[in-house]
Amino acid sequence: MGLEIDRERIPGFDVEGKDADGMDKGILTLSVGPQHPGSGHFRLIVKVDGDIIVEALPDPGYVHRGEEKMCEYRNYIQNIPHLERPMIADSCGILYPYVLAVEEICNIPVPERAKYIRVIMAELNRCIFELYWLGIYGIFLGHSTMFMWPMADRELLIDLAEMASGARVTHAYFVPGGVRNDVPDAFPEKAKRHLLYFRNRLKEYKDIFYDNPLFQARTVGVGILRREDAINLGATGPVLRASGVEHDIRKVEPYDVYDELDFKVITMNEGDSFARAYVPWLEMYESVEIALQALERMPSGPVRTKLGPNPKGAVGEVFKRVEAARGELAYYLVSDGNPKPYRVKLSVPSFREIPVMAHLLKGAKLADMPSIYWSMNYWPVEADR
Amino acid sequence: MSTVSEFTFSNFVKSVLWLLFWILIIVSLIALPIIFIVLFYVPPPVINGVEINPYLLLTMLTNPQVGAPLIRPTLESLFFRIAVFPGFTFAALFATVLIFAERKTLAKMQLRVGPYHAGREAFWWANSLGGFLQLIADLLKLLGKEIIVPSGADKPIFWAAPAVLVIAAAGLIALIPVAPGWVIADIDVSLLAVFALLGFFPLTVLLASYASNSKYPFIGGLRALYQLISYEIPLILAVLPIVILASTLSLTGIVEAQYSYWFILLVPIGAFVFFVTALAELERIPFDLPEAESEIVAGWLTEYSGMAYGLIQLANYIKMYALSALFTTLFLGGWIGPEFLPSIEVFNVQVLSSGEVSSIFWFTIKTFGVALFMIIVRGTNPRVKIDVLLRVGWSKLIALSFINVFIAVALLYLGVVGVGH
Repeated sequence: MGLEIDRERIPGFDVEGKDADGMDKGILTLSVGPQHPGSGHFRLIVKVDGDIIVEALPDPGYVHRGEEKMCEYRNYIQNIPHLERPMIADSCGILYPYVLAVEEICNIPVPERAKYIRVIMAELNRCIFELYWLGIYGIFLGHSTMFMWPMADRELLIDLAEMASGARVTHAYFVPGGVRNDVPDAFPEKAKRHLLYFRNRLKEYKDIFYDNPLFQARTVGVGILRREDAINLGATGPVLRASGVEHDIRKVEPYDVYDELDFKVITMNEGDSFARAYVPWLEMYESVEIALQALERMPSGPVRTKLGPNPKGAVGEVFKRVEAARGELAYYLVSDGNPKPYRVKLSVPSFREIPVMAHLLKGAKLADMPSIYWSMNYWPVEADR
Repeated sequence: MSTVSEFTFSNFVKSVLWLLFWILIIVSLIALPIIFIVLFYVPPPVINGVEINPYLLLTMLTNPQVGAPLIRPTLESLFFRIAVFPGFTFAALFATVLIFAERKTLAKMQLRVGPYHAGREAFWWANSLGGFLQLIADLLKLLGKEIIVPSGADKPIFWAAPAVLVIAAAGLIALIPVAPGWVIADIDVSLLAVFALLGFFPLTVLLASYASNSKYPFIGGLRALYQLISYEIPLILAVLPIVILASTLSLTGIVEAQYSYWFILLVPIGAFVFFVTALAELERIPFDLPEAESEIVAGWLTEYSGMAYGLIQLANYIKMYALSALFTTLFLGGWIGPEFLPSIEVFNVQVLSSGEVSSIFWFTIKTFGVALFMIIVRGTNPRVKIDVLLRVGWSKLIALSFINVFIAVALLYLGVVGVGH
């Protein structure tokens, strides 16, 4: 009974020759997930040579729910609640393009006030999501305080969303023809107060997290995604903008009232993990700015167009996309004139980050895996749909 | 169909009473006769010329004054020192308080409450302590868990590793003086012995990780070894000026050399380097690479469960106490502080002098302060990478340590401090 590891008993630990996948000798295959504290409902097959990752194979599909097929069995209104489920942290973001698409194919007008309320809720949800993401980024790098602070501050914004919609996370607030109900009278004032507090609070995140030399040592220059790679691999959202591409659907293809509001598209040129973590932080300032402007300009009036019991779509197809918190989120909707859609196709940003992730992890160190993986803004549940 | 009956309170009470009944039977029929048989053959211990026999113990029940002169000799006996104070019980108690303090302090930093409910309703006086029984609950949870040994594990080493870690950590506290004369092993080279014992930990970690026969523990063990390479040399170099200034390797001697100045005032760089490397030695954030959760699950601890895991955590916190105490001893003047507490007397017989009580107080306070500092570092920093730790350890910390040594030598040559001062 020696101290040697019995190599035959550990799959993937073949020192002699090559393993089944033809990898070189001495390569250790790690199955990161689906039961791993740093993976989520997702598996990443990582092959390491010493401390260097020689290959990373993303393996999604553990939480596939068949959202697209489910859409074909329900009518346009019934589809609303279950379409939020893939991304409950950003439930308005994932519902937004569906509502826009249904409005176009069923030819439903939207009142002006509803458009502003939608923008406010979408931006609140963007912040709610980014905070959740940032907290987990913190704990992925071992920073437990950064895990707790955003989770606590997220409650402020959740309170606002609850005040407007009545639900904490799965709002089901956007409906074809506006929003489900008007916001309470006290909402604008309370929203301004919370948002201003939140904007001050963001500065403290920089103090404890982004300015921390140890955090910078872990992320600056790690997993650099060059501009052309970002475009070729189809990166989107903050990942794309962190690589210096100024692409934001809110500016490129403005929907609702985004073209009337004044905001900047945040870009950074570094393209490393730090930039991918820093861009969302800067974007939260912009989100607060957008929400405050929308609160100022919000007109009074109805918030919802009265619909018939079972709206029918015109025969045809429609493609709508919005800038969700993780990037470009698009719906392709085909209608054959029935109350139920013929086909609904979701194009979610998380799924589009998978090739980028595989590209960046190759050649990185094992210790860089959490910082790269989580900076991708990858959400397994959303990617699997 | 489940064969397990539903939980009812009457059944619970019945089972507790049944348990008590059997304990009573076993104690009266087996344990007591064995004790008396042993007493018949083994001579009772003699303390201070008095034979401690059962009759004396019974006498003490009615007339406690008889026992008063025996307390001090008991405190000075080696068994008491190893088992209770300043030995294992004290260290384990300190470790327990540290865990609670860590959870509460981190909670305060993170805008949380921390352990709150356990024990709050049980005792009216525990309201301000809030949740101190959570530790007992955690202990019971760990005791109740199954210890799963992975198939293919090298079982003797896998089982031995937690025990070895606890023993090595307990060995550290044997060398640290708590008050004048209050040390278990007062040897001339206790500082060297400390480093010899510290060398046990990474070796045990590597063996445990190897014996687990699993991938993540294996990576964790290798990381522990990397970490050892990067911090061990600065750790020893940081202490070198202390030896130069105090011209002794005995920890008691080092404390006694600080009556005029604490060494942190003379060699602050050394204190900084020692603190940083102590964090690395303890595998605490920011240097918890061997158990980095998001990368390698729990590192070398991955395959440990139940009380084996509990023992490792106990060893970690006893080690944290030991290294905080070492920092206090080396840089903060150990037990040195103003004498202000009254002496402890039992029936007009002095048990602890005023100086001893104050010394123990100052030592405990300083050690707790150092440990609190380690907790605050944990709350404000993320984990570093192994290459950063290697680079910092080899380039910056070693350079700082050498500067520190030069400062100490210069102080010695200029006659500011040294032998005779």
